[in-house]
Amino acid sequence: MSERVWIKDEGIERGAEALTPERIERTINAVLGNETGARLMAYVETCAHCGLCSEACHFYLSRDRDPSYSPVGKVKQTIWPMLKNKGKVSVEFMKQATQIAQTECNLCRRCVQYCPFGIDIAYMMTLVRRIVHKLELTPLYIQDTAHSHSATLNQMWVKDDEWIDALHWQEDELRDEFPTARIPLEKEGAEIMYSVIGPEPKFRTQLIYQAAAIMNVAGLDWTMPATPGWDNSDMAMFTGDSEIMARLKRAHFETAARLRVKKIVMGECGHAFRSVYDTGNRVLGWRMPPIPVIHALEFYWDLLNEGRIKVAKQIEEPVTFHDPCNVVRGRGLHEKAREVVRAFCKNLVEMHPNREHNLCCAAGGGVINCGPPFKNARVESNRAKAEQLKATGVKICIAPCHNCHGGLDDIIHKYELDMELKFLGEIIYECMEKPEAQ
Amino acid sequence: MERIYVFVSGPLAWIAWTVFVVGSIYRIWHLLKLAKEKEQVLFSYISFKYAIRSIINWAIPWNTNNMRLHPIFVGVAFLFHIGFFLILAFLSAHVILLEEGFGLGWPALPDIVADMLAFAVLGACIFFAARRVVRPEVAFVTDWTDYALLGLVAAPFLTGILAYHQWGDPLVVTLLHILSAELLIASIPFTRLSHMLFAPFTRGYIGSEFGMVRHVKDW
Repeated sequence: MSERVWIKDEGIERGAEALTPERIERTINAVLGNETGARLMAYVETCAHCGLCSEACHFYLSRDRDPSYSPVGKVKQTIWPMLKNKGKVSVEFMKQATQIAQTECNLCRRCVQYCPFGIDIAYMMTLVRRIVHKLELTPLYIQDTAHSHSATLNQMWVKDDEWIDALHWQEDELRDEFPTARIPLEKEGAEIMYSVIGPEPKFRTQLIYQAAAIMNVAGLDWTMPATPGWDNSDMAMFTGDSEIMARLKRAHFETAARLRVKKIVMGECGHAFRSVYDTGNRVLGWRMPPIPVIHALEFYWDLLNEGRIKVAKQIEEPVTFHDPCNVVRGRGLHEKAREVVRAFCKNLVEMHPNREHNLCCAAGGGVINCGPPFKNARVESNRAKAEQLKATGVKICIAPCHNCHGGLDDIIHKYELDMELKFLGEIIYECMEKPEAQ
Repeated sequence: MERIYVFVSGPLAWIAWTVFVVGSIYRIWHLLKLAKEKEQVLFSYISFKYAIRSIINWAIPWNTNNMRLHPIFVGVAFLFHIGFFLILAFLSAHVILLEEGFGLGWPALPDIVADMLAFAVLGACIFFAARRVVRPEVAFVTDWTDYALLGLVAAPFLTGILAYHQWGDPLVVTLLHILSAELLIASIPFTRLSHMLFAPFTRGYIGSEFGMVRHVKDW
């Protein structure tokens, strides 16, 4: 395993050129002084420096147990010196802190489950990202995504008419298979608003197709918005840009409110679920989401249990199931997901560890969104996951999360795992009864 | 020397315990005040049920996933913490002091058990120190304060053992024992030993988040 390289990123470099020691000090103290309180104090003072969080981290495990990649090791290289020196840290320090917090932690919160005190290290890495954002050091690619969020309210610079076009196109395609099927747009008073992330209309349109097929087969009263606010994703959450995060989530919830739907059902995305269910609502002052938010995994389980979708055939080949952090460690959907998987697949082979202790994909938390400069380091940093996948010996891996797909796809190639990745919706679409299909 | 002893075992003990009690109350009050002023939102995510669930699950040795990855450490750590409080409250010499001073009394540990426990606590301190040197992931986040804190905790046990076995000058050893214990007690609220005060809060809070919002175990 190679040593850590301090990677040159245009965003970080350009931001660093404009930094002065005074600005760094002022910004760190402003964030730590104005935006933190009891939590950070208790976390820093309670930490016994025991290192027991280390084995939770796939970066640490994959990097031959290099302690500088352990969760507490990352805190030591970021938050501790900032506090100790009261914000007086160098430009070089801030560049390194940016790489650590923004690209070497997926905020998967596995370490939180390993700390005897329950110290939330992901929270501390988020604080570092907040400082990085205010210092304009955020890596180029993810900052571009945040800009897209800001300008278009979606993640991928999808224009308002392109969004509608993409849905019409998928509806057209769908009607070849299901002649009466619709993708209802702007249907006020529908029961469900279905929301997706920017990449779905951009390059994974088949997922919209499959979801629409499931909705139609299940005979649901649903709609998709034709206005901005359709995208539930949120990279601003991962760049520490709370202000844009709040704008995004407000647009999303207000779109659902305008359509007077009873609930929001989301596609198979993990980070978007974290944003809508856990983080974005808080930034807007809602204890829990103002409108019930149902992740695809729970939604499928509901449909199956209500008898709205039925199993026509099962996947014969053994499959394994990857638990995404944001819907499993973040929402406890692991058992429901397994029930759906077992309904459609004959043989589920567990990877170990699994469920809420599953190892991360190394893509989430905005890490994959930091783009090509960090790709090799990211893939090298998840050998542990590759070994975990390989040990299952199966050829199909179900990963119900977009980021996980990206991350797992990369390690499958790099470590030559000969494994096919699937969304659960893909499998349901393939295997459910389709009475009206032609 | 006797006059020092009288001072150390009398007024200084009162001072140490007062610093501990007042300091602990202050730290907890300050924590809650800080939360109320700047992170009031935290209170809406506290669930008594899930906080207790988390605390209980982390109070059972070898119960959590991570504890099972470190069986020896967990054994030593539990022995250390339990031994610490047992000796503090149930060592016969301590019970006699309480009886004489306040008329309060409760059964004491047999001396041989207490002696073994004291050695165990001291051994645990050495184990923790060695771990800080040997394990790279611990060494990386260790600084002198970690050793100082270990020394602070070990000192009353070392001197207590010396006093019990009458090794060394009894008066000096007893004096050092009382002094080091007072230093330890007084420093709990103001060092990272304050995890004794804060752990229920950090644990309870994250337990609540995991239980109530995320519907998942945090162990």
